[in-house]
Amino acid sequence: MSVGLPLEAPTVSGPEEGPERSDFWVYLARKIGAAIVSFVMLLVVGFVIFSLMPSDPVSALTRGRPTSDAQMNHLRQQLGLDHPLWERFLTFVGHTLTGDLGYSYEYHQPVSTLIADRLWPTLLLMGTSTLISIWLGMWLGIRAGWRPGSALDRGASAVSLALWSVPTFWLGLILLVVFGSGSVGGMPAIFPAGGMQTHGTAGGLAPSHITDVAWHLVLPCLTLVAVIFAQYVTIMRSSIIDERGNPYLLTARAKGLRDEVVRRKHAVPNALLPSVTVIFLQIGGMIGGAITVEVVYSWPGLGYLTFTALRIPDLQLLEGTFIVFSAAVIVCNLIADLLYRALDPRVRRQ
Amino acid sequence: MSAPEQSPARETPVVEKAPSRLVPVGRFVVTVLRMPSGLFGVLVMLAFVLMAVCAPLFIHPSDLSVTQATGPLLSAPQHGYPLGTDPAGRSVLLLVIWGSRTSLAIGVMATALTMVLGAGIGLIAGHYQGRTGRLLMHVTDWFIALPSLPLAIALAAVLGQGATSITIAIGVTSWTGTARLVRAQTLAVEARPFIERARALGATDTQLITRQVLPNVMPLILVSSTLTVASAILSEATLTFLGLGDPTSVSWGSLLNNAFMQGAVTAGAWWYLIPPGIAILIIVLGFTLVGRAVEHALNARVSPR
Repeated sequence: MSVGLPLEAPTVSGPEEGPERSDFWVYLARKIGAAIVSFVMLLVVGFVIFSLMPSDPVSALTRGRPTSDAQMNHLRQQLGLDHPLWERFLTFVGHTLTGDLGYSYEYHQPVSTLIADRLWPTLLLMGTSTLISIWLGMWLGIRAGWRPGSALDRGASAVSLALWSVPTFWLGLILLVVFGSGSVGGMPAIFPAGGMQTHGTAGGLAPSHITDVAWHLVLPCLTLVAVIFAQYVTIMRSSIIDERGNPYLLTARAKGLRDEVVRRKHAVPNALLPSVTVIFLQIGGMIGGAITVEVVYSWPGLGYLTFTALRIPDLQLLEGTFIVFSAAVIVCNLIADLLYRALDPRVRRQ
Repeated sequence: MSAPEQSPARETPVVEKAPSRLVPVGRFVVTVLRMPSGLFGVLVMLAFVLMAVCAPLFIHPSDLSVTQATGPLLSAPQHGYPLGTDPAGRSVLLLVIWGSRTSLAIGVMATALTMVLGAGIGLIAGHYQGRTGRLLMHVTDWFIALPSLPLAIALAAVLGQGATSITIAIGVTSWTGTARLVRAQTLAVEARPFIERARALGATDTQLITRQVLPNVMPLILVSSTLTVASAILSEATLTFLGLGDPTSVSWGSLLNNAFMQGAVTAGAWWYLIPPGIAILIIVLGFTLVGRAVEHALNARVSPR
C-alpha cells in the first residue's frame, strides 16, 4: 500500500493479527519491494534523460572534437544506438546492475572506476559534516524546544532562517576568501584553499597525512555544517515540543527531579526516537550541498567529478554520478524506514 | 454515487465560510502587513521588483559590456564604483542590480511552472481518488525521494545551457511539495456539502475542479508559490554557479560563477563575491517571510484561537 512513500512516517498496516515477528517480515518485504520499485523508476528516468532526450548522443559525446563519419558510425554501433529502444533499455539495465556505468571519453576510464575512486572523499566529507551537524543540531534543538519562545529558541530560528536563505556555495566562497586566500585585510591564510591534501605529500595512514587531510577538511566541513545543522535543530525542537506535554514528565517533576534531569533522562530519550530516522531522510537534501561545496573547495569527490563532467559535458559520467547519488538516497530511505520500526516499539504495537 | 469516500478533514483544516470574495482579501492583506516580518518581506519584494523593472532606465548596455567597460580592473570599492569593479572593469553595483532581472525572472517563471505542474497533479490526484489518484501520488512520492540537485543538473546538462533549461530543471524538481499540499486540500474541500450539491446539479468533473475546488485551494497555492520563488531563486543561483546558465546573461549566479572562475577568491576580491550573495540572501529572506506571514494569516483565519 505504501509503495514509494519514503518521506512519510512509515505506516504499519497489519490486517493480519499474526505474531509480531511475521509482521516484521511482511513489513521488511514491503519496504524492500518499494525500494526496488524506486530503483527501477530511477533507471527509467536515467534512461529517458540521458539516452532519449539528447537528439544524438554520439554528437554530444564528440562535441568539440574532430570526428570522421566512420568513427561516428563505429561509436554508434559501440553504444548500441542502432538497436531498438527496448533492447537498448534492457542492455542499459543489465549493464547498470552489473556495475558497468559506461565509459568516460574524457578521462579514458570506465565510469565505475572513476566513481569508486571519488567515493571515499565524499563519504568522508558528508560523514564528518553529518555527525557534527547532528550533534550541534540536537544540542541546540533540545534546548530550544524545551523552552519554546525563549531567547535561545528565537535566536536559533533566526540563525536557521538566515542560513537557509544563503546559497551553500556562496557561504563556502566567503569562508574561503576570508580564511583560505590570505589576501583579505591582512588576514593570513589559516586554512588551505582547496583540495584534499597538500600537493606532493604521500598518502596512506601516516599521522602526518591524516592531520593534513583533516586540515583540508575544516572549511568544507564548516560550510556544510552551517547549512545543514538547522534541519536537525528543527527536527529535534519539534520532537521535544511534542514530548513536553506528556504526563510522564509531570510525574518526573512531581518526584522532585531537577528540570535538567527531567529533560535529559526523561524527555530526550523519547524525543530521540523519531529524530533518528529523519536524519537518514535528510541525506538526499545534503547531497546538493555536498556537490557545490566540493566544487568551491576542489574537494576530489563525486560532486567535483560531476562538476568536471558538466563542463565538457561528459554525459556518461553525469549519468553515472546521477545514478549513484539517487541510489544512495533510495538506500538511505530504506534504512530510515527499517530503523523507524526497529527503534520505536510503539510503532510495532499500533 | 457522489460519496465522499473518506473524511480527510483531519489532514488539513477546512475553511469554514467563504463569504463575499473581496472583503476578506482586503482584511487578509492588512493582517499580513501588520506582522513586522510580513511588512518587511513585502517591502523587500517591492523594492527588488522596482529595481529590476527600472534597471534599464539608468543602466546603459555599455556599462554591462565586457569590452566597453571603462573602470579599473578588479579594484576595491572607490569613488564612482561603490562596490568595486570586476576583472573586466565593470561596476559590481550595476551588475548586481542588472542581475536581479534574470534571477527574478527565472525564479518567477520556474515558480509558475512548478505551480502548474504541482497544482495540476495535486488537483487531479485529489479529485480522481481511485486508481489515477493513487498512481499519481506514488509518482509524486517517488519524485520527492530523488535528490533534486543531481536531477536538475542532469536535466539542465542534457537540455543545454540557458535560462529555459534551468527553468525546466527547477520546475521538474520542485513540484512535488505543492502537489501533496494541493491534494490534501482538495480532499478536504471535496468532502464538503457544496461539492455534493454541485454534483447533484449535474456539474462535470472539469467544472467541479475549476469552479468549485480550485478557488478554495487558491490561498494554499499562493502561500506555496511565495515560498517556491525563494527556493527557485536559490536553485537558479546554484545551477548558474555550476555553469549551466546562459553564459552571456548577467544574473547573481553567473556573477558568482565568473568571480569563482576568474580567480576572485585567490585575489581576495571580496567586493566581487559578497554583493550577489547578499542580494540573494535578502530576496530569499523577503519571499520566505511573506510566505510564512501569509501562511500564518491563513491559519489564523481557519482556526481562530
